[in-house]
Amino acid sequence: MGRLRETLKETWHFYRRTLTLVTQGGTIYYAWCLTLLLFIIVGLIFYSKQHDAGLIATNMNDQVSWGLYIANFTYLVGAAAAAVLLVIPSYIYHFKPIKEIVVLGELFAASCIVMAILFVMVDLGRLDRFWHMLPFIGKMNFPQSLLAWDVLALNGYLFLNLLIPVYLLVKFYYRKEPHWKFILPFILASIPMAVAIHTVTAFLYNGLAARPFWNASILAPRFLASAFCSGPAIIIIIFQVIRKVSSYNIAIEDEALFKISELIAYAMFLNLFLLSAELFKEYYSQTVHIASFKYLFEGLHGHNQLVPWIWAAMAMNVIAFFIFLIPSTRKRLTTLNLGCLLIIVGVWIEKGPGFVIPGFVPDPLGEIYEYIPNLLELMVSFGIWAFGLLMFTLLMKVAIPIETGEFSHTVYERGLVAQKPYG
Amino acid sequence: MRNLSLAALGSLSLPLFFSACSKQEKEDFLQKHFKEMSQEEKRRVIAKLEQRYLEQYGKEFHVSTQEAVPGTLWGYGLELSKCIGCRRCVYACVKENNNSRVSPQLHWIRVLRLKRGNLINLEDSEHYYDPEIVPEKGYVYLPVQCQQCENPPCVKVCPVHATWKEPDGIVVVDYNWCIGCRYCIAACPYKGRVFNWAGPNIPKEEINPSVHYLGNRPRMKCAVDKCTFCIQRVRSGRYPACVEACPTGTRKFGNLLDPKSEIRYIIDRKRVFRLKEDLGTEPKFYYFFES
Repeated sequence: MGRLRETLKETWHFYRRTLTLVTQGGTIYYAWCLTLLLFIIVGLIFYSKQHDAGLIATNMNDQVSWGLYIANFTYLVGAAAAAVLLVIPSYIYHFKPIKEIVVLGELFAASCIVMAILFVMVDLGRLDRFWHMLPFIGKMNFPQSLLAWDVLALNGYLFLNLLIPVYLLVKFYYRKEPHWKFILPFILASIPMAVAIHTVTAFLYNGLAARPFWNASILAPRFLASAFCSGPAIIIIIFQVIRKVSSYNIAIEDEALFKISELIAYAMFLNLFLLSAELFKEYYSQTVHIASFKYLFEGLHGHNQLVPWIWAAMAMNVIAFFIFLIPSTRKRLTTLNLGCLLIIVGVWIEKGPGFVIPGFVPDPLGEIYEYIPNLLELMVSFGIWAFGLLMFTLLMKVAIPIETGEFSHTVYERGLVAQKPYG
Repeated sequence: MRNLSLAALGSLSLPLFFSACSKQEKEDFLQKHFKEMSQEEKRRVIAKLEQRYLEQYGKEFHVSTQEAVPGTLWGYGLELSKCIGCRRCVYACVKENNNSRVSPQLHWIRVLRLKRGNLINLEDSEHYYDPEIVPEKGYVYLPVQCQQCENPPCVKVCPVHATWKEPDGIVVVDYNWCIGCRYCIAACPYKGRVFNWAGPNIPKEEINPSVHYLGNRPRMKCAVDKCTFCIQRVRSGRYPACVEACPTGTRKFGNLLDPKSEIRYIIDRKRVFRLKEDLGTEPKFYYFFES
């Protein structure tokens, strides 16, 4: 009885402190959260319009049947997969500067997955039948449909990326050494799972013989390479923001950021190499399958809406590659950040709209329809991004003080000894 | 603790979710997959549908659930040398199958106009040709609809088994089970699938009340549909509407398992080919020329 009361009291304490933590902050914090909240509300209003009218409220049609939503989904799965770039050096090679921040990276991955799942949900015509897709409850077409695989992989990865950081944070909260024998298998499992979510998402497109643009075996490797650029680039930016605005002494060392950026250089090289391999094959052989590439890179029969976008993306990726390749630009924060921004935008164009839309143009019967998202699709998308950012912000608001030892079990709080939980 | 509060939050938001849905959507929410319904459940669903259609369109509907006739495998023949591109099949199909007429206007048959000298590269095809008189000089016409593949990629990719191949070879959709993800549209090499981007707009006086559950019953918004070779007709011994509507006798139809059928005669004696045979989908839709 006493123990139970103790636990309840502690839980109450945790909730109260969490609530204080997330509701208290500077003006910038409030402004940031309220702006995000505003975007979420606007997104919800637009989504309810779409829900009532049907997907006719978007600019998608029978020619281009997936648009901005699925483009964002694809990009975010990649960003989430990239957390593995933090996991490997920290847990396997015990590279200390990264180990300090890996929990934050995993929570970032979780936020990305939540956004990715939300993008699929707003893209579904019949959200009310979402349960048909659930294993055991619904009627999942496993293992035939790659979409069924994706549901399992994404949720599995989400589970791991919540379990691991929450477990570690709880241990830090109690100031106890994590039970490594218990949690290490999950950490190790998250590495192949990260590769798996992105591979499965690539296969989702890859398996469609009807769409030659996607039906190329180089697709999954290209997906992984580009993901390992964009995800870490976002993480580098976010960590610097945290370092600036957090009132706690979270140890995010430059050393860690430089290490991550070195990995980005390798990944970007691979990404550009694989892309050029694909371009060579298409342009040298000049079969009918080149149509989508032509639409993307030079325009097809006068339709060239995506051309400036993809060339801008190419330029951004190449410039960023050189920034990350040269040690002196990589190890200066201003140029490093410029490179990160270029990669975030460049890969978004390449892996988002630049990947999804040309798959539908020309369509299997040769029709060319130029899709451009409308205001509703944009606002719903902004709403989801805002939701992910808000979720991540609030998670950080609680996770960082636990990491630094400033938010912990009642017993330790009385003394307020600023002692790090580990290492 | 965290999970508990999440569950509580979820259950709190459920009534909110339901209040956003229409009454019909609420009724249909827990409806089972068609293939898992008992005869009794099917009867109840049909009664509900007929009642609804009566209220909505003011006509007595007959919603059939007739199963495949044993020993049938439906095949289609289309004589390219005869098609004049008049699109009578397209509009007969729209009418027979209760397709939405405006915003969106949905067609299950598409007729492509190709310059003579070209048949495979569809990139130069024109879908929206609109001359005074057909046929036009210098062009040939290629009607395309669901090819009822023996190896249908659309069925393979559906994440929820909302679409399947019936024993008589017709690929059907349970419109009440489709979640509207449109993966099947991405997978189909023939653009055989059409999405209800909004609820259907059908004039009351043009509604066809003789429908099949897996075929031409009026659909709902944001579910996919497709040509079913007029399942409501062919399972009771009639020709598909497009075959009947064609003024030039371009369109042929029959049972592939019956050696004396018209379609078997065509396959045995004419030069036939199928669209995109290289994709291995094994369509049961044969294009042919006079030999």
